[in-house]
Amino acid sequence: MMENGFSSPRNDAFPAGLRVLVVDDDPTWLKILEKMLKKCSYEVVIARWHSDIFFSCFCMFLVTTSGLARDALCLLREKKDGYDIVISDVNMPDMDGFKLLEHVGLEMDLPVIMMSVDGETRRVMKGVQHGACDYLLKPIRMKELRNIWQHVFRKRIHEVKDIESLEGFECIQMPRCGSDESDDGYLFTGEDLTVRKRKESENKYEDRDSGDPSSTKKARVVWSVDLHQKFVKAVNQIGFDKVGPKKILDLMNVPWLTRENVASHLQKYRLYLSRLQKENELKTSVGGTKHTDSSKDSAGGFGLQSSMNMHHNDVSNGSYGFSGGNSFVQNVNPKSLEKKGSVSVPITEPKRALTVDIPDPCKARSSQIGFDSSFTPLGSQVDFTAFGSTIPTQYSWCDVPEVQLKNQTKSTQLEDGFSQLPPSRSQHQIQADPIKPAASISSGSSAGDGDIKTKFSDSQYRSNHINHATPVGSSVDSLPVQSKNHIANPQAFDPLSTTAWNMKNQGFNLSCISDLESTQRNINCGIESSFASLDEDLKSRWLHGDYLAMNPGLQDIDFLEYYDPGPFAEAPLHLCDSLRYDYDNLCEPTEYSIIDQGLFIA
Amino acid sequence: MDRNHLKHQVLNMRRSLFDQLEELKDDANPNFVEEIVTLFYTDSARLIQNIEQALVNKPIDFVRLDDMLHQFKGSSSSIGAKKVKEACTQFGEYISAENAEGCTRALQLIKQEYAVLRRKLETYFQVYRWRDNLDKLRLHICSDLHKEPSGLAICEN
Repeated sequence: MMENGFSSPRNDAFPAGLRVLVVDDDPTWLKILEKMLKKCSYEVVIARWHSDIFFSCFCMFLVTTSGLARDALCLLREKKDGYDIVISDVNMPDMDGFKLLEHVGLEMDLPVIMMSVDGETRRVMKGVQHGACDYLLKPIRMKELRNIWQHVFRKRIHEVKDIESLEGFECIQMPRCGSDESDDGYLFTGEDLTVRKRKESENKYEDRDSGDPSSTKKARVVWSVDLHQKFVKAVNQIGFDKVGPKKILDLMNVPWLTRENVASHLQKYRLYLSRLQKENELKTSVGGTKHTDSSKDSAGGFGLQSSMNMHHNDVSNGSYGFSGGNSFVQNVNPKSLEKKGSVSVPITEPKRALTVDIPDPCKARSSQIGFDSSFTPLGSQVDFTAFGSTIPTQYSWCDVPEVQLKNQTKSTQLEDGFSQLPPSRSQHQIQADPIKPAASISSGSSAGDGDIKTKFSDSQYRSNHINHATPVGSSVDSLPVQSKNHIANPQAFDPLSTTAWNMKNQGFNLSCISDLESTQRNINCGIESSFASLDEDLKSRWLHGDYLAMNPGLQDIDFLEYYDPGPFAEAPLHLCDSLRYDYDNLCEPTEYSIIDQGLFIA
Repeated sequence: MDRNHLKHQVLNMRRSLFDQLEELKDDANPNFVEEIVTLFYTDSARLIQNIEQALVNKPIDFVRLDDMLHQFKGSSSSIGAKKVKEACTQFGEYISAENAEGCTRALQLIKQEYAVLRRKLETYFQVYRWRDNLDKLRLHICSDLHKEPSGLAICEN
């Protein structure tokens, strides 16, 4: 544990358990930040860019049309008051970090910290202008992260001050501070609301044992989705040019809202809109290319993603921590595609589907968000199926996006997806007990889609097969992919590993091991001879023992190939690393297939 | 093999590379650095490929190139790859000057540095594991000895 000078008494309660949302497209950084923040005893939730990297060790590089920052927004909207602070990267593929900043400021009024490799002054200035409370430079040190709680604290203090002063006067013109966010600290005089909010925040911090004044008063105007919608409606009604806070206020007809609240919100909104226009221009050009990419390359991160949603929460009891306030890291990858906007899914809870702030382009996005957020829980169910647990009816969701991906026109297949559930379910369960190698599984699975068979055997470790998957096939694919995802997340790794994987990989392991051993021997040549021979001896002994015992050590070999060492037995680690390094150099799927064939018993 | 020498070597490497990353290691992720590095490999390999591709296309889309470079730079900063990062900065300058030839050269430099980095990392991990192995080996032997009281008895005699 890293020791900073941060040992003041205040360190125990308040900053600990601070709920941080981290948004970044770089998976390396996400992992590092996650670790660092957890070391600070913060609760971390990651909005990760699903697709590519995690699986790309053996897959084609999946290009997706994002969802990253939107997922983050989605998460934030889901859980109002669910986060204390947001840390976001500036450059992200789907949404500009500044834009996210605005959204968050507009809707949730949370402190947002920006980060970037680029530390140019004008960039930093831009960040501050958009309301960021801090701008960190990558590489980020842990010390910097330790102190992010100050922003949360500061905000609360400002709000407290505002409450106190406002209670004296009805309408007061507060001096503008540097940051936009403090403006929204204006309080309404509605006592009920104040009291209620205080209670809320008190309850929240009760079990954290905090006696800090910062935690007791959290009354502020939270621009909820509904509120914001009223606002937007009013603005549109009045006409954007003629708009003024007083007029909006009157139209909105919200008793406890003050002119100041509206004024500051309007200011943010204007800023946001102007940026939006720029974004839209970009989006239309980029969105087109992204569409084609994803249709080709399997945003089949889909099947991946759905299973990816499972984290180290217990597979067995079928709980998942997405919306729960669990204290470990949640890796959430709801994924949204541009295309999905075309399908309005009735299953989504209406509330979620409705996160529309703004005109059209966003509408599509919002419905996607709604889609996504509901997708997440469903996605988590998928995992359980692979391990033979009961498949809930929502399972078809996993299929749905893939259908959409595969073929834009198949929006009607949504219905089909559902009706196909029963057959796919049984099939899937068959696959849940794989004993033979890949090829045999695929034969059991194919719903008449020849592609699946061939694809499946090659691509146990690839996800591009998802491209061709029919709804049924997709359920098959999610099996290996799933585990891959699990592997990708070391924390999820353990509970899932043993049984299912054992059986499945048995066929592979035989050839695998011999290859690995030989590679390892090559490496060992460089090592001092006596030691090397001893080492090898032990290793082969371990290996042999491991293999016979079919314990996690063996599986680990495969997992390493996938990508992530995770918690490991030593011998396999050695063997696999060498292999892994080889793999690293091979990014072509064609090369992969060669390797696959070489390694695995077909 | 001189144990101290080995340790020293590892420490030296550490200090120059993964200072704070190493400190993030704990029981839950004993191989944290390796995981991170692996992540980095896959990510960066992809990015380099993309960049190369972008340079091949005519006309060169400098904006997109810039984005990709930025990503790559961010990625390399995560493991503290200073030289690679510097090479990226140079590349960035060529991009803003829209100098295609310069870009190609800069990319070569990046690839070079990247290759060096990978070699170093591999050596690092080998040494690291090697040392771990040594420890385990020792433990293994010790525990073996303890399991065989008869052997010991014989020795005593």
